[in-house]
Amino acid sequence: MEHQGLNLMDQALGFHSNMTQQPWPLCGRFVLVEDCVDTSGAFVLHHILKRSFTSRPSSAVIFLAFAHPINHYDRVLRKLGCNLSSQRDNGRFFFLDMLMLQCPVEGKPKHDGLATVFEKIERAISELHPENKKFVTVVIDDISCLEVAANGSSNDVLDFLHYCYTLTSENGYALVALNHQDIYSDGERPAFMLEIEYLADILVKVDPLATGLAKDVHGQVMVLNKETQKQQGISSIKVQNFHFKIKENNIEYFYPGTRT
Amino acid sequence: MAESVCRSLRDGALEGELAPDLTIKDSLSSPFGFNVFSHILVQLSSHIVAGKSQSRGMVIVSLSRSPSSYTGLLKMNGVDVESSKKWIHILDCYTDPLGWKDKTRKSGDIMDPSNQILSSYKTVKDVNKLFSVICDLGRGLVGENKSRFCVAIDSLSELLRHSSMQSVASLLSNLRSHDQISSIFGLLHSDLHEERALAAVEYTSSIVASVDPFHHSVDGQGSYIRNSSEPNLTKGKLNIRSKRRNGRVRVTCEEFKVGPSGISFAPVSAVDGAAVAGLIPKVQFNLQLSEKELVDRSRVVLPFEHQGNGKPIQIYDGRRSLEESNNETTPISGGKKEESGRGEIIYFRDSDDEMPDSDEDPDDDLDI
Repeated sequence: MEHQGLNLMDQALGFHSNMTQQPWPLCGRFVLVEDCVDTSGAFVLHHILKRSFTSRPSSAVIFLAFAHPINHYDRVLRKLGCNLSSQRDNGRFFFLDMLMLQCPVEGKPKHDGLATVFEKIERAISELHPENKKFVTVVIDDISCLEVAANGSSNDVLDFLHYCYTLTSENGYALVALNHQDIYSDGERPAFMLEIEYLADILVKVDPLATGLAKDVHGQVMVLNKETQKQQGISSIKVQNFHFKIKENNIEYFYPGTRT
Repeated sequence: MAESVCRSLRDGALEGELAPDLTIKDSLSSPFGFNVFSHILVQLSSHIVAGKSQSRGMVIVSLSRSPSSYTGLLKMNGVDVESSKKWIHILDCYTDPLGWKDKTRKSGDIMDPSNQILSSYKTVKDVNKLFSVICDLGRGLVGENKSRFCVAIDSLSELLRHSSMQSVASLLSNLRSHDQISSIFGLLHSDLHEERALAAVEYTSSIVASVDPFHHSVDGQGSYIRNSSEPNLTKGKLNIRSKRRNGRVRVTCEEFKVGPSGISFAPVSAVDGAAVAGLIPKVQFNLQLSEKELVDRSRVVLPFEHQGNGKPIQIYDGRRSLEESNNETTPISGGKKEESGRGEIIYFRDSDDEMPDSDEDPDDDLDI
């Protein structure tokens, strides 16, 4: 059990200092990370990955990679102090390499492609050790590449995300996905991004500073946490804003203006 | 009023008329549409169980929420879901809307015998079949006689995503025209659809309840309130537009607040109303003129119209010094000049012709 102090990102996501006693705050929730070319939000995924392994002894991660091979994540997480290879050997980390996925266009119905991906997720979950099945996190990196794999069919991607979302509500799993908002924000289909934002319980938006590049501050984060009474709807919306700096072995989060 | 909306749905349809149809419309800037939807669902369910409404049963088409969340919601609000006289049926279009899970497990049965009030539906793109399934389920609840049932559609936005605008609009019209349907209500996210799709759904609805942010944000795009200092992330306004039977349209506005115990409605607070009405900025001085001030102002002689010592007006034209020109001044009057060879300025005060601050556009008499 690591007794790390909670940083601002942990607090915003709802983590508690005594994490083994409290329930996993991402249980049954969908965390959507939105970033852009100027500021990559991949560090949020890495942070959540690390937290899901370190906070609980009995948790598992199903990782759908559309953007990078496993070596990339292995290197990054190693710098953050987490060994993905050993987690994989322990049956707590399932890496589904989707880099070469291309859904069939002709011949078969279109949504067969993503339906088989969903099938793979379900199979990976069923192969988990019962002990590790309590707190499962499904991570998707990233939605834009998923759309490319689906031949640009945003409807199929939304269907797929809906099915992944049903995993959260039915089984209490967590879903984390990365999306590049600048691809969709001023195109003809802003509705695609908005659909996913509706689905999300926690929205983490990573943007560059309005003033441009800086050496000490790499960007700003807005975390919007919808507290829902699942039956009745949203009971409150909490918004937190802070800045971050990516360092060699960790990421620093701080309130704007507190950097000396 | 949210109460009047619930009452319209409870009273239902008259013989030979279309059933009332409520569309709850929200957006990301005020994403509380589901709170309003669940409030109305609970209210109408209580009326049905108590026998106070025209409808004797309810069919919930759940697309964006799991059926268990609805049973949980009703139980939490004290509505008996498992009563001996079956009054509710949930059509589950959420768990497996496209039949993907059929491939991995054998759950192809439409009717789940273990659960009396739940049916799963796996072909959400087929809207015609959806219509017939809803009607069959409703008839199963209330019988084939004249009894009616009401229909709740969890997310019209999901339906519009899966099928065309025309088919969704025709589904709503068909539901409204069905002689055993008492009322319909559905939820729609306005920022996900084109204007014409929204207009089509609104046109088929008799009541449109629009969930709006408490203060209109400067950012015109439908985005979450980004400013963390915004205190009203749990409040909003509900604008209701209802078409009466006599053709009149009634527009009302209410405030709502969401919290852990649910949603509560209140009339628009007076303070806010006055602030909206008073567009004149509140400053420390009075910008208006009283009657006396108007009269006094008309009596003021402008500086260049008097000499200050009772003598006639002399205007210095800049060519000679003042002392020299004193001997040779020409009195200014509205009449002709006396001598030639000297410059003269005849001043007609044109402000006498019109009232000060007149709204007349001086370019009006241009004739181009």
